[in-house]
Formats: sequence, C-alpha cells, structure tokens
Amino acid sequence: MKDVLTENAVTSHTTKISARKVQVFYGTNHAIKDVDVEILDKTVTAFIGPSGCGKSTFLRCLNRMNDTIPSCRVEGSITLDGENIYDKRVDPVQLRAKVGMVFQKPNPFPKSIYDNVAYGPKIHGLTRNKAELDGIVEKSLRRAALWNEVKDRLQTPGTGLSGGQQQRLCIARAVATNPEVLLMDEPCSALDPIATAQVEELIDELRANFSVVIVTHSMQQAARVSQRTAFFHLGHLVEYGETGQIFTNPRDPRTESYITGRIG
Amino acid sequence: MTDITASQAAAMPPSTSSLLAPDARVRRRNAAEARFRSYGLAAIVLALMALVWLLFSIFGAGLPAFRQTVIQFPVTLEAGKLDKDGGRDPAALAKVTTVTYAKVLSASLKAAIADKGIQAEGLTDKQITGMFSQEAPAMLRRAVLADPGLIGQTITFDAYAAGRIDGYYKGRVTLESASRDSNVTPEQLHLADALKEAGMLSTPFNPGFLAMPDASDKRPEAAGLGIAVLGSAYMMVVVLVLSLPIGVAASIYLEEFAPKNRLTDLIEVNIANLAAVPSIVYGILGLAIFINMAGLPQSAPIVGGLVLTLMTLPRIIIPTRAALKAVPPSIRDAALGVGASKMQSVLHHVLPLAAPGILTGMIIGLAQALGETAPLLLIGMVAFVRDFPAAPPAGLFDPASALPVQIYNWTQRGDPGFVERASGAIIVLLAFLLVMNAVAIILRRRFERRW
Repeated sequence: MKDVLTENAVTSHTTKISARKVQVFYGTNHAIKDVDVEILDKTVTAFIGPSGCGKSTFLRCLNRMNDTIPSCRVEGSITLDGENIYDKRVDPVQLRAKVGMVFQKPNPFPKSIYDNVAYGPKIHGLTRNKAELDGIVEKSLRRAALWNEVKDRLQTPGTGLSGGQQQRLCIARAVATNPEVLLMDEPCSALDPIATAQVEELIDELRANFSVVIVTHSMQQAARVSQRTAFFHLGHLVEYGETGQIFTNPRDPRTESYITGRIG
Repeated sequence: MTDITASQAAAMPPSTSSLLAPDARVRRRNAAEARFRSYGLAAIVLALMALVWLLFSIFGAGLPAFRQTVIQFPVTLEAGKLDKDGGRDPAALAKVTTVTYAKVLSASLKAAIADKGIQAEGLTDKQITGMFSQEAPAMLRRAVLADPGLIGQTITFDAYAAGRIDGYYKGRVTLESASRDSNVTPEQLHLADALKEAGMLSTPFNPGFLAMPDASDKRPEAAGLGIAVLGSAYMMVVVLVLSLPIGVAASIYLEEFAPKNRLTDLIEVNIANLAAVPSIVYGILGLAIFINMAGLPQSAPIVGGLVLTLMTLPRIIIPTRAALKAVPPSIRDAALGVGASKMQSVLHHVLPLAAPGILTGMIIGLAQALGETAPLLLIGMVAFVRDFPAAPPAGLFDPASALPVQIYNWTQRGDPGFVERASGAIIVLLAFLLVMNAVAIILRRRFERRW
C-alpha cells in the first residue's frame, strides 16, 4: 500500500478546474454546501464519501450535466482554465466537448463500435475526411486499451461487448473528442475485478494527457489510482489533499472514521 | 436485529412436515394457480372461437361478391338503330339512350337462344330483357361511345346477369323463392340453367367489384368499390402526411423539451381525454370548421382526411410518447456527455430507438382511421358518388366515398344482393388492414435490426 502511494506522486501543480463556494440545490434540498476545490492538470483526483454525500452531484456540476435536471440549481463559481463555466455565454455543448464524462453503467450507443467512437468527433466537426476519422477512432480505442480486442469487428454492435469492454468503449468515446478533463462517475462499479484492474491501469495512462476526476466507493481504488483525494460528507467537502496524506494521516476525525470504516 | 429473529424463531415451531407430501396450504396455492391458468386459457379459446366464427361468416357471405354471373352472347350492333343518319357523329350517338341498347341486347339474346336451339316459350320479351342487368345496356353503350367503329359489327359481349339470376348461382335465390318473387320467375331460372348448359352463362371472377363505382338500389350486381377504395386511399395519404410529422413533433416536444409545469400537465391530460372522445364528435367539429367555416367542399377526401387526422393525433401522440419514454435515460446522458446538443441527442439516438414503437402506434392509429365511419357520415361522405375523383392533389377536393361508409351504405339497402356486397367490402377492408399491419411489422423489423 505504502509503495503504491509514493509511486503516485503528484506531478503537476497547474490548476485546471477551480470551484469556489459551490452550492447545489435540488428544489429545496441543499445537496452541496460551500465546496471549494482546485483540480490540478494531468492529475487523477478521487472523490470519496458515503452514498448520498453529493460527490456525484458535484462531479456532474463540472460539465453542467446537472442542467438536464429541471429542479437543480447551482450557485458559486466553477472555472475551467479561469473561465466561469456557469457564465451565461457558455454553451454547455462546447463545455462538454472539453470536459468528457464516463458514467457508472456502461452506456454505449446501440450502434457499431466504430460509430460509438466516431460520434463525438463527427458532431464537433473535428475531422475533414474519413481517413482522419478512422485515425481518431483507432487512436481513441488504443488509448482505451480496446483496439486489439475490437479492431477486426469495428462494425459490430457496441452493445455486444462484455461489460468491461463496454466501459472501455465508453472511455474511448469520451476521449475521442480530445477533452481536457475526463469525469468518471464510479466507472468500475458494474465491473468484475479483472475489468476493474484494466480500467484502473487505463486511468493511470490517461493521466498523461488529461486531468481525470473519478468518483469511487472503493477506498482501495482511490488509493490505487489517484494522486489527490477529496472526502465528501453530507454535502460538505470535509478534507482535500494528497491521497497519501488523506489515507495515512487524515486531519479531520470524520475522514479518519470513514476510511477506517466506522461511518458510511 | 438479532433479538427479533431470535424471538420469531421461538414463536414458530420447527416444521415437521415431509417435503414429499405437499401440505394443505401449498395444495390450495397450486389449485389457485391452476384455476387462474385455466381462466386465461378459456379466455383465449373463447376469443379465437369468436374470431374464427367472425371470419367464417364474413368470408362465407362476402366471397361470392368477387364473382359475377355473366351471359356471353354475340351482339349485333345494327347501324340502323344506333346511328340512324350514319354520320358516326359523337353528339348524335350520345343521344341514343340505354333503352335502345337494351332492345339491341334483348334482340341479340333472343337470336342467340334460338340459335342454340334452347326452348324459351312462355317467356315474354320483358322476361328475356330481365335476364341481364340494367347495367348491361349502359356498359354496351359506354363501349360503343368509346369506339364508334363497333357499330355495324357483331361483337361478343359479356352482359352482367340480373341480380336475381346471379343470386340463383350463389344460393341466394331458389326456384321456390323465385315463384314468390316479382323480380324473377322460375321460367327465367330454367332459361338460365339452359344457357349455362349451352356454355353461354358462367360465374367468373369479377374485377368490376373492386374497380367500378357504386350503383343504384336496383342493380347490386353493378355496384363496386372503386370510388370507396380511392377515397379511403386519398384520406389515408392525408392522414399520414399530416399526423406523422405533427404527432411525432408534438410528442418529442412534450417528452423531451417541454418544461414540466401546469400548462404542460393540462395539455397532457387533454391529449389523454381527446383520445377517448367519441369519433362522431370529431365529425361535428369537422363539419363546423372545415366545411362551414373554411368552406371546403362536402364529401371530399381532404375534409375526411383532416377530420381523421384530428381524431388520430392523440392516438398517435400517446404511444409515441410512451416509446420515447421507454428509451433508457443513459442513452441521453451518453449523448449529452460527448457534447451532443439536446436536439442531436434526440434525433440521433432517442428517435431511432423509439422508431419501432412510434411506427406501431402510427399504424394502429391509421388502421383505426381507415375503419372509422361516424365522422365521415357527418361531413357528407355518405353521398352517392358515381364519378371517380381526379388524381391528387385536385382529386382530394372531389366528392368520393370511403370503404367503411360504403359498407354502412350497402347494409342499408333493400336488395339482398347488397348483403353479399357489404360482406365483400368488409373483406377488402380487412385485406387493407392486413397489408398495413404487414408493412408495420416489416418496418419494425428493419429498424430493430439497428440494435
């Protein structure tokens, strides 16, 4: 455990996303209270906490997926590279091309593997011809460590893959638009240990190009893949710091109780 | 937690019964299950029997409508009678009425009977003329007017037999009933039998039933579905062209874009209510709006199509919304997550996945519209129409009939020949519905193949 933690030292100190005094309301329910977070570039940041603590809600604020919920209201400021993403002039469509997302349950489109990956680049007009698109599809599938398994059956349905392959396909789809930040909402909760290991390895590789934010219920996973960890409890950000410090020397008693299994 | 289970265990004595012998409770449960299954089975058997009986009676009564007894004999078109001045002037030819043609036919039939050596004593001229339909002279006249060159020649002519003679070969009329019938005599039936033996009378397939317009009360043998089929087809085109885009657009807006507030709630409740409004109410609405206010012509397929569109819309919107709702939200999330706009996520992902359900709803709506009678009665589509409507789009404004209205109309008429016609028309209507359902299934298969 100790070895892994020292290996995953933080390598960047550039702030990618900065959240200040973020409040989220679902109707009258105050779900997120006063959250301040600096998410660093080329770093894996893990959000941990008991169910219903607001970590997924906060994650969905980062690419404005909460806009699709009518009763949801966000206050405070979240900036991406210094630009407020909740500014009236920001089109969420453009934002989501920059901040990709992978969901809890693998949700490939009921289309071919190729079309799944090519969809994002197509709608954002990232390519000029078929050859470029083929290139992006291959590169994305390689990044998601899926290319060797599917290169001979790109035209078969994406829904026909196994659960772990589907989740990697979703990751390939998310990286195909060349985002700057990748949000992952419990990406391994529907996967078996082998597929989980593959996806975790992948997350570590993706860190070279993206800033990755991952919500997870597994503290081992947070310890394995992340460099920084944020602990959420009842809508509050209790503690945020380097993963090694959070797990070995938490400052807040609540964090300590959670990671030792006494609450949650 | 542990306390509760402990106390429950104490309250319940350990089971002593054998697993091999079911106890009374299990037996009761199994008996209830068996009973429930037999209810279901009985319901299905009953429904199937009703269906078989329905089809049997409709096909039994309706299939003869597709065949028609004809008397085939050489007709000499004497120029002296049909074109007295010999100029072959169309205006002069058109002045010769069917009465003259009936005389020509009658004379030719008499000659043919004598030629074959058939005994026809005791039959008056009127009875000879009564062997063929009143429509036969009209058909001969139309043939001559279309080709005046026929005058002076002897042609082989297939004259429709009179309705009662036709009925004799379809089991509707017997020698015994003919003796009590003022429209036919047993002697005429004997003559028909003799003609049949001589090979002049036969009952072949009758394309006229599908192609000819309606005919008057006195000549069921000449009544056809041509205008009704055309009118129904025109109306279906109008309904499809209007209700598919409007219905799908309304469903998509309500399901995907509309804010959830009182106004949309009100709209939703009203759509559900409109689907249950009796169709005749739509007829009154159509009469008031399209005919009285907008001044569209009566009996026109365009008005029928508009009224049926109004009636069909809620019945399309409801299943379409259900189909859209059934698309898993994870697909919408996935599309939004890669940066698709709301519209792109709907058009690229949600709509194709919902398409099979939408198509099914659409076809069911169209099938209901095709079989709808009541609203059409109110906008005048029950009128007696003899002239075919023009090709669309102009033909949409011409008077026409519709299949269900034609069926309704024929069942109102006195001559028993129309019972057979009405049943035959029901078979045609059912065939239309079957074709539409087949199309729906094929389309659904095709869309479903896209996973």
